[in-house]
Amino acid sequence: MTEFLQQLINGLSLGAVYALLALGYTMVYGILRFINFAHSDVFMVGAFAGYYAATPFTMNLFGARVPVNLQLGDHSIVSGLVVMLLSMIVCALLGIIIERFAYRPLRDGSKLTVLITAIGVSLLLESGGQVIFGADPKPFPQLFPAKEFTAHGLSISSNQLLIIGVSALLLIALQFIVLKTKLGTAMRAVSFNHQAASLVGINNDLIISFTFGLGSALAAAGGILFALKDPSIQPYMGILPGLKAFVAAVLGGIGNIPGAALGGLVLGLIETFVNGSRFSTYTDAIAFAVLILILLFRPAGLLGKLQVEKV
Amino acid sequence: MNPTDNRRKRGRDFWPKRILLMAFVLVGVLGYFSDKINPYYADVLTTMGINIIMAVSLNLVNGYTGQFSLGHAGFMGAGAYASAAVTLFIGPKILPPDTAAHYAWATNALFAGALLVGGFVAALAGLLVGAPSLRLKGDYLAIVTLGFGEIIRVIFQNIPALGGGLGLNGIPPYTSLAWVYGTAVVCIYIVLTMVHSTYGRGFLAVHDDEVAAEAMGLNTTRYKIVAFVVGAFFAGIAGGLYGHDTLSIDPKGFGFMHSIDFVVIVILGGMGNTPGVIAAAIVLTLLPEFLRKWLSNAEEYRMVVYSFLLIVLMLTRPQGLFAWRRKIKSV
Repeated sequence: MTEFLQQLINGLSLGAVYALLALGYTMVYGILRFINFAHSDVFMVGAFAGYYAATPFTMNLFGARVPVNLQLGDHSIVSGLVVMLLSMIVCALLGIIIERFAYRPLRDGSKLTVLITAIGVSLLLESGGQVIFGADPKPFPQLFPAKEFTAHGLSISSNQLLIIGVSALLLIALQFIVLKTKLGTAMRAVSFNHQAASLVGINNDLIISFTFGLGSALAAAGGILFALKDPSIQPYMGILPGLKAFVAAVLGGIGNIPGAALGGLVLGLIETFVNGSRFSTYTDAIAFAVLILILLFRPAGLLGKLQVEKV
Repeated sequence: MNPTDNRRKRGRDFWPKRILLMAFVLVGVLGYFSDKINPYYADVLTTMGINIIMAVSLNLVNGYTGQFSLGHAGFMGAGAYASAAVTLFIGPKILPPDTAAHYAWATNALFAGALLVGGFVAALAGLLVGAPSLRLKGDYLAIVTLGFGEIIRVIFQNIPALGGGLGLNGIPPYTSLAWVYGTAVVCIYIVLTMVHSTYGRGFLAVHDDEVAAEAMGLNTTRYKIVAFVVGAFFAGIAGGLYGHDTLSIDPKGFGFMHSIDFVVIVILGGMGNTPGVIAAAIVLTLLPEFLRKWLSNAEEYRMVVYSFLLIVLMLTRPQGLFAWRRKIKSV
């Protein structure tokens, strides 16, 4: 029983990260009907932004070596949150820039062109990251004061609590934005019907930019939380969590925001329990088995509704 | 109809066969001289041939049928493992001891069998991956195939008989230029004749408009799966050729990054344009070799250049660099 509870907590904290990442996929899919492949790399950039905000480093500026120390890594809760906020802002801007320059010119193009462009952006961020950040893994600093709580044989680290807490807060905030604010209403309208939305005076471009910014900020938060769990970051770190988060989004029903959160949690739990079983070497493949099963038996996902394509 | 017309018509109908014949003669000549070629050039030529097979077969899926597979290297891996297993584990049992010296035909027959096994295993994998994801419209195939490279890695790492994480080593060096280019010719011929046949028009129909194709009574899912399985089959054979050329394969070598190389070739050549894709395969095999001479860290920048090229190409010239005629845009 203790074992089960322990795995449950581990699974929830992993699932929370997947949920944050899955939300970005699902929001963009809901509004533009395409998979933003670059999302997993925004997640990676988020982790690196956090790393550079918290650790002193030397910047090679046109040959001159400039030492930079943003002095944000002093292990207090406030400084940790500041680092996270900073990284979220950086990534929100990155997401908006990607949408503006790579996706917007192709919005009326064929789906395949947009998909290829998204893969191109993803590869550019990864290989560019390799050139800029270096290919070797970097140790991610402990942003928050670390503490271990043990009770009845259960051990919960403060990081796990933090991951679950921050994710829950962000999910609630997102749900508030989408359901209660004017921008959120506009987002839902655009995802429902682009033309009708612009007829009632919604600026589609602005809403799409906002969606990308919001999704990318969540990805950045996810990136930092993931790096806290697994403190070794490198430019290709986003690929696997990104794929799994996409699976989570499909599992919950793509385009469905609560579905993405649910899918993330379910996938995180499944993966953690498989990892604790004797099939642990298959952990990385389990997400794709889930994906194939979902596509076979319930393509609309757990919470989604099957839509008939109109011509 | 006057006789000239008739002859022209017949000529047009027979052109693939003539090209096939010519290509086989060329392959024969190449095979004859292959011992005299500088090993470095022979190596580059082998890679080029394998890239051509991979790109032409991927073009059937990504180009002609308009689906988007990101796991072509995964099928290559399945084929490489299967055919290497045949020559490593079954070969020594059925070949007489000193075959290599005396019976060239026996090793060649074994290799042909091994390649076919590789092709069929990859085709089976293609069926398993494609059947669920191709039933749906949209981008699911891209994601599933992307994950497929990962699944292949995990599966091969967990089979101790196939070397686990270390992979297979000591594969016999059966691949020759004649084998590579012979296969390439067959692959190009089959893909071209398939697409230009009455049946094959269905692939183009699925590419142009899936809904309209379905309304015309075509079984679009079946077309997609056929294209996918045939593409996987040739990728498997290419994998067999690759394994018997590099002589060692490991599970990590067939991931997503490797698939991207072939996707870039297809997109650069122009999706659904076989001559363009072949040209792109040749150019993109030679380019890194030339760059290596001038740039010491060319490998690091190669992916940056590729990805940038992908984006710019999609924004400015989505029909590919080597598309001489602009395709009529579907409405």
